[in-house]
Amino acid sequence: MEKELTAWERLKIVHNPKRPNAYDLINGVFENYYEFQGDGYFGEDKAITAGIASFQKLPVTVIANLKGKNLEENKLFNFSMAHPEGYRKALRLSKQAEKFKRPIICFIDITGAFCGVDAEKRGQGQAIAKNIMEFMNLKTPIISIITGEGGSGGALGLGVCDELAMFENAVYSVISPRGAASILWKDPKKEEEAANTMKVTAKDMLNFKVADFIIKEPAKGADKDHVLMCENVVDYLIGALKRNLQKNVAMLLESRYNKFRKIGIFGE
Amino acid sequence: MKDLFKVVKRRIENNNKKGAVGKKANIPHNLLFKCSRCQTSIFMEEFEAAGNVCTKCNYHARIGALKRLKMTADEGSFEEYDENLTTKNPIDFPGYEEKIKKFQNSTKLKEAIITGECTIRGEKTVIGIMDSFFMMGSMGSVVGEKIVRAFERATEKKLPVILFTASGGARMQEGIFSLMQMVKTSAAVSKHSKEGLFYCAVLTDPTTGGVTASFASLADVTLAEPKVLVGFAGRRVIESTILKRLPDEFQSAEFLQEHGFVDMIVNRKNLRHVLNQLLIFHKQGEIEKWKKS
Ligand SMILES: [Zn+2]
Repeated sequence: MEKELTAWERLKIVHNPKRPNAYDLINGVFENYYEFQGDGYFGEDKAITAGIASFQKLPVTVIANLKGKNLEENKLFNFSMAHPEGYRKALRLSKQAEKFKRPIICFIDITGAFCGVDAEKRGQGQAIAKNIMEFMNLKTPIISIITGEGGSGGALGLGVCDELAMFENAVYSVISPRGAASILWKDPKKEEEAANTMKVTAKDMLNFKVADFIIKEPAKGADKDHVLMCENVVDYLIGALKRNLQKNVAMLLESRYNKFRKIGIFGE
Repeated sequence: MKDLFKVVKRRIENNNKKGAVGKKANIPHNLLFKCSRCQTSIFMEEFEAAGNVCTKCNYHARIGALKRLKMTADEGSFEEYDENLTTKNPIDFPGYEEKIKKFQNSTKLKEAIITGECTIRGEKTVIGIMDSFFMMGSMGSVVGEKIVRAFERATEKKLPVILFTASGGARMQEGIFSLMQMVKTSAAVSKHSKEGLFYCAVLTDPTTGGVTASFASLADVTLAEPKVLVGFAGRRVIESTILKRLPDEFQSAEFLQEHGFVDMIVNRKNLRHVLNQLLIFHKQGEIEKWKKS
């Protein structure tokens, strides 16, 4: 039997620049992707791509964090670090999805929401908060998939959903390992130790009932075989959509609420 | 401060002069098209062959409603609504009737919009097309009423609406009646929307003033043709208010998209395909069908 990979080893796989990004997944999983731009208030944020597409003939709304394959793309996508406009675009198109009763599929792969003066001025915190609250009430199924990094609040802006799936090597965390090391041990060099201590892997999330499903990756990582990775996503989505489209709106909203209501460990 | 004003004023005047020189060039103007975005002059033949698009900068110039209808709807599929609504002179504006007659003769249209039903590659939709050659596509009582009735019929028949906007804004000659059309058109959009029906606006050159501040900005999906002028206040008005010359791309479709207000910029030659696809995406009952499959 193969030895279980550590969180740190998985992070290395996740950071491989050949790992499929949102465009690779969208093109492999859907047909006819039409990208819509703009938050309708202030700007267009290329760190999040969103639009409509066809999944096995079913119209769906797709929202995804974007990571670049090279420096030029990474500059354009701001290394996946979304501004408030990205979250507001996501919300605008989620409301559009709700109006037309289209399911929403989110691909999460974000280091973290952007930290900067302008992002603060335009309400980064408020933008994420609004998404959390509004996503909780959207009257249409939401399936979120963490494909790489689920970086903190930035991930949660697309992370309130009916089902959360994670790629086998993906991680979900309250802070980056480096951030954890420097805050907890005042030593950013201890990031490997931090990664392995913080319990961030897909398996951990499944144990904690934060994630509902793990999507298998090709041997040694999704970067090795994009086609197979996309096929695994398609297989998962067919089931997830059938499961959640069956529920009537009241059931859907109640189970979404309970999914998050239950989370927390305490004694009394 | 005074000096600054002078500098700006001079620049604006120079700018205007540049335009004026172009217009007075010796070549007969119907042989050349002078692009309002990049100022290049190209042969009219080349310009028309490109579908009234500047071959230098891809500015999508104005086209009349009848031409637009022909390039958008399936042949023979168009059934016009309310073709006989007639324009009155609600505030007895001097010379208004004559002006309307003049534009009716030059455009072969009765008013600044045509509305009706058609199919686009087989997909049924309600359609409205404004015409900037008819009094700058300005919105008075007839334009407002035709838009409202189009949305009402679409709501009744559970059809989507596609609107090609092109307008200088509210029609001054009808006074307050024009302003109020902004309210009734927006309300009609809202009723249609509440039924879960699809509305797509296509912003064409120019979309400004009261039309931008009402139904043109309220669509589910907002498309725009490249380089077209879209805005609320006129460029000159803003320049004289802030005493600054504005960048050339100000109020272009691209400027608007960068600021979050346009979903997609689509070349004219691709519009029919994109509209057809959007109609298919928003067809009623597709999700129910999938659930049963
Ligand atoms: Zn040009």
